Amino acid sequence: MRLSPHKARLLKSNLTGYAFILPNIIGVLLFTLLPMLYSLIISFTDWDYTKGFGNYNFIGLQNFIDMWSDEWFTDSLVNTIFFSVVVVPATIILALVIAVLIDRYCFAKLPIRLAMFMPYISNVVAVAIVWVMMYSPWGPFTQLVQALGWENPPQWLGDPTWALPAIMLMTVWSNVGYAIMIYTSAIQGLPKDAYEAAEIDGANAFQQFRYLTINFLSPTTFFLVITTFITSFQVFAPIQIMTRGGPGSSSNVLVYYIYTSAFSFYKMGYASAMSWILFIILFAITMVQWHGQKKWVSY
Amino acid sequence: MLTNRARKNFFRILFTIIIGAFALTMITPFLWMLSASMKRALDVMALPIDWIPDYFYPDNYMKVWNIGDRAVRDYHFGLAYFNSLKVAFVNLAGSVLTSTLAGYAFAKLKFKGRDLLFLLYLGTMMIPSQVTLIPKFAIFNALGIKGHLTLILPGLVTITGTFLMRQYFMQIPDELRESGVVDGASEFKIWAHIMVPVAKPSMASLAMIVFLWNWNAYLEPLVFLSNWRQYTIPLALTNFIEESVTEYNLVMAAASSALIPAFIVFLLGQKFFIKGLVAGAVKG
Repeated sequence: MRLSPHKARLLKSNLTGYAFILPNIIGVLLFTLLPMLYSLIISFTDWDYTKGFGNYNFIGLQNFIDMWSDEWFTDSLVNTIFFSVVVVPATIILALVIAVLIDRYCFAKLPIRLAMFMPYISNVVAVAIVWVMMYSPWGPFTQLVQALGWENPPQWLGDPTWALPAIMLMTVWSNVGYAIMIYTSAIQGLPKDAYEAAEIDGANAFQQFRYLTINFLSPTTFFLVITTFITSFQVFAPIQIMTRGGPGSSSNVLVYYIYTSAFSFYKMGYASAMSWILFIILFAITMVQWHGQKKWVSY
Repeated sequence: MLTNRARKNFFRILFTIIIGAFALTMITPFLWMLSASMKRALDVMALPIDWIPDYFYPDNYMKVWNIGDRAVRDYHFGLAYFNSLKVAFVNLAGSVLTSTLAGYAFAKLKFKGRDLLFLLYLGTMMIPSQVTLIPKFAIFNALGIKGHLTLILPGLVTITGTFLMRQYFMQIPDELRESGVVDGASEFKIWAHIMVPVAKPSMASLAMIVFLWNWNAYLEPLVFLSNWRQYTIPLALTNFIEESVTEYNLVMAAASSALIPAFIVFLLGQKFFIKGLVAGAVKG
């Protein structure tokens, strides 16, 4: 059979396209899509990894029902929500204010920004280790708090009330530089004439910030809210290194509980079910914010 | 006029001092780490904190790296360094190549199902990596895939990288490609000789991001690597702590050793790195 020239060209351009994406598609198929599918299947089973590969029974939605009466799970979920609800706004508001101040008023902008960016690129394990020592009774953080007048500060990471907030502080510290960088690049694209007009109208710096900057930057804020929510919901390394979820379950978070369920207790089915709950939550958060953006994001 | 300018300058100096002080507080943990890494074990805990020790004590670093006579035992830090570099560079090369190929195709080539496939890619970006962690662990074990392959095989393709490169190629004018078509060059030649040269800055951005992801990756290595010979830097660090809990000066020297090279790489390439992060953000 001979193809008409047109069809032959079409076939060729199709094949060329596929050839270009083939390595990529294979990777995504093998290491994202198939594992995803497999994970979904596992989540409906009672798979205990110690019983061997593929040795499981289907138990329907049992995992998804059981987890709500598992206090370790509900505690970790509540902790994760608390963690995110504080870390996300704290990071973003701090970053917005600092980014604007640096841009408008500071000399030596670049060195200051780079210094603040350092924690973000740092190896999270090394950083967590340094902070464990920062929080020790002889560490600089405890010393600072004492110098400020708190005579008997708690053992931060060993105290059920303070363990999670201590890790939250470290997380804000390590993420704020990223948000500053993103804000900075958006600030550099702001329309100068709007500010000139506002100045002529007699608007002071704070009014300009309140009525112009916040508005102009709202798409960036929206992006940062979504991405920092997603990353803070997946917090793992600092918890694993600094507290192992303790004391008790006071700093246990969702991903840490998934990790221990799967790789300490080998409950693969249960852990997979929880990882899908994580996905559903992230998806829901993104969707809610996507729909909510119309109210406060101006493009 | 002059007083107005003077007032402005006063504010600038004031804010530079305030924000500068804040920036200094932010790098305090690193300064303290460096300072502690050069002290003797007992002096780390001495109060008040001696920020600049009276002596320089490089033995800590020699001990961590197992160099010279003072080294007591081999913590295999050099090996971990090599492992981390190896995984990071292989994944960097792989994902820059696969992302540039596919990103170009998704942006500029016409083929059946292209937009649907790309939508699928975008969809999978929403899936948290923890979802695929357990099946990957089980499948790797069942197939007997061990060691660095467990990090490299999934690391050769990154969806974020594909997305980033596609966004870059979208803004390249079609005329550039057509000039190659007119010359009778094959698509691959156009890609290699016309597109890759113009995309180099974006590829450099992606390379830096992928390098840092891999250098800092913790959860996957923790789950997949079981043999200390395979350990990457983050695992070597946690292992190190378990073995030398009381010698905080050594721990700090180890942490410094892990951080400083990344700082240097970043400072050298910060323009590319920040550009890449921002490109992902603004168009993401």
